[in-house]
Amino acid sequence: MTRKTVKVDVLARVEGEGALKVVLRDGKVESAEFNIFEPPRFFEAFLRGRHFVETPDIVARICGICPIAYQMSGVHALENLLGVKVEGPLRDLRRLIYCGEWIESHVLHIYMLHAPDFLGYDGGVQMARDHGDAVKRGLQLKKVGNEILQLLGGREIHPVNVRVGGFHRAPRKRELAPLAEKLKWAREAALETARWVATFDFPERERDYTFVTLRHPDEYPFNEGRIVSNKGLDISAAEYDAHFEETHVAHSTALHSHLRDGGGAYLTGPMARYNLAFEQLSALAKETAREIGLGESCRNPYRSIMVRAVETIYACDEALRVIENYEQPDRPFVPVEPRAGVGHAATEAPRGMLYHRYQIDDAGTIADAQIVPPTSQNQACLEEDLIDIIGGFSDLPHKELQYRCEQTVRNYDPCISCATHFLKLEIDRG
Amino acid sequence: MEARKPRLAVWKFASCDGCQLSLLDCEDELLAIAGAIDIGYFPEATRGEVKGVYDLSLVEGSVTTAHDVERIHEVRRRSKTLITIGACATSGGIQALRNFADVREYISIVYAHPEYIHTLETSTAISEHVPVDFELRGCPINKGQLVDVVSAFLAGRRPNTQAHSVCIQCKLKGNVCVMVAKAMPCLGPVTHEGCGALCPSYDRGCYGCFGPKETPNAPSLSGWFAGMGMDSKGLERIYRTFNANAEPFRKESERHDAQDRKG
Repeated sequence: MTRKTVKVDVLARVEGEGALKVVLRDGKVESAEFNIFEPPRFFEAFLRGRHFVETPDIVARICGICPIAYQMSGVHALENLLGVKVEGPLRDLRRLIYCGEWIESHVLHIYMLHAPDFLGYDGGVQMARDHGDAVKRGLQLKKVGNEILQLLGGREIHPVNVRVGGFHRAPRKRELAPLAEKLKWAREAALETARWVATFDFPERERDYTFVTLRHPDEYPFNEGRIVSNKGLDISAAEYDAHFEETHVAHSTALHSHLRDGGGAYLTGPMARYNLAFEQLSALAKETAREIGLGESCRNPYRSIMVRAVETIYACDEALRVIENYEQPDRPFVPVEPRAGVGHAATEAPRGMLYHRYQIDDAGTIADAQIVPPTSQNQACLEEDLIDIIGGFSDLPHKELQYRCEQTVRNYDPCISCATHFLKLEIDRG
Repeated sequence: MEARKPRLAVWKFASCDGCQLSLLDCEDELLAIAGAIDIGYFPEATRGEVKGVYDLSLVEGSVTTAHDVERIHEVRRRSKTLITIGACATSGGIQALRNFADVREYISIVYAHPEYIHTLETSTAISEHVPVDFELRGCPINKGQLVDVVSAFLAGRRPNTQAHSVCIQCKLKGNVCVMVAKAMPCLGPVTHEGCGALCPSYDRGCYGCFGPKETPNAPSLSGWFAGMGMDSKGLERIYRTFNANAEPFRKESERHDAQDRKG
């Protein structure tokens, strides 16, 4: 029995700090640990004692890549607690701001973080030397997503305009008009993106995932819906804790989520949404998915880059729909009054479902908070991918195998600040 | 012979990644910046790495572990110029809320196995550990200012950022004062410029994400807030957010915390 160890000191093009250890015995992966060693930041602890209205500003700081996801999950959980319903144009504006975040986050991942894996570059900047037009298209497309965030949120990172009950200021109709023109270009650019990524060489690997996502009767999921799976789960967000559990393992500062009662690991994010809500995509997104050969379901994690491209088309379409139908509301928010209780919500961050729960007292002070980010939820599934999939590549030369491991992690667009900057990879082929 | 391009490194400590993301969010300038410098180390953007010494290091995040105390010294040794980017790196960030609490209690709230967690009792700014050549404020930083700081480095000039208050930016923008006209508490008078007076432009008071301006008079502003009905708990909290450990904000929050404890 030969024994080999492969080490990678830095897994790049992910967000946060972590490490990876893969043990191979006789060509099979015996174990895989995705180790998150991002220093703990204690958000759930210091939310205690804060006033609930501070929540959107504080939870935004969990992640610079997807602050809107944290803000949306937070405000929805608190509104559920306070018995407040945000409807009409304000609800639509929340879909619009989420579209902005999906576009900027998906396009960053597609062009700068994931595509270089398929084309053999260290990063997007290096890739730009040979694929300049593509990278420029990606950057401009990402910028349109960021412009939505700037207009609705004030800035793209840690936006200031979201509040419990709605927004501090609602945009005027004419402020949104210039965005519509940019989004029409963006939709074309997203279409070209989908055709471009479809030309990549994909490993033929599929797994029978348990997909978990939100389901809404009328729309592709963003902010609201029941939590469902392809294996029979169908619950409200308030029932989350009864069906999911988090465990703390020694090798990670991120908690691992599992379905209770032996339900095991599950996948949340673009592939889960796509497989369970394909019918709710826009006509152009569906048509493009068929054109590029993705079909109505996708179980190959490497093809998640194609799914992200299709979701980007959808986000452009949906943003355009909101802008075209928008009428400025009489007031930018629904007034809220504190009352004691517990509130739950889950929303769809670009990289997957994000669950929040808050308990507040009569004065509106937060007594307890629980936040389960997508990367925690996907961590166990990611380790299973490495075990199931990487085993099939164990004959690859060392460097290529190492590269394949990194790519397998990057399929998830893991957010390690919510979870990796340094991913140390060790492959033991004993 | 063409001169060697300056070599850039981007480092991360405890943070949300938002400030270094600002570099990737410079969609119009990114390729030009990448053309003027060699990216030697920037894991969020590239798996390539050039070992050795860097002409310019941008450091994001605060120091929260014993390992990071060692690492920041290593980063300083390998950096000719070291610039911190963002509130975490310049004041300890939101993680510094632990500085006012018992970190063991924090660990027990969040983690089932406290024994797996290794962390310092404090979150501190980079300048508390090593000399820093320039600090760029903000939670997050303003990407226009980031481009200016990198350009200034390349041109060998001083960065063109000011230390005055958000109020000046509001006046320049023509905003109506939200505190005077709408009785909204606003940290603008004591907060460092850089955001473009964003919050007042969105009908809310400034929440201080760029940290204290030079020579702030926080006790005076607190008097105004108290007059508007804010209690000592609220006064403590308003200074304890993303720059809670920046000295003028820390002192002011501690003053109200002490009052609150006295009752």
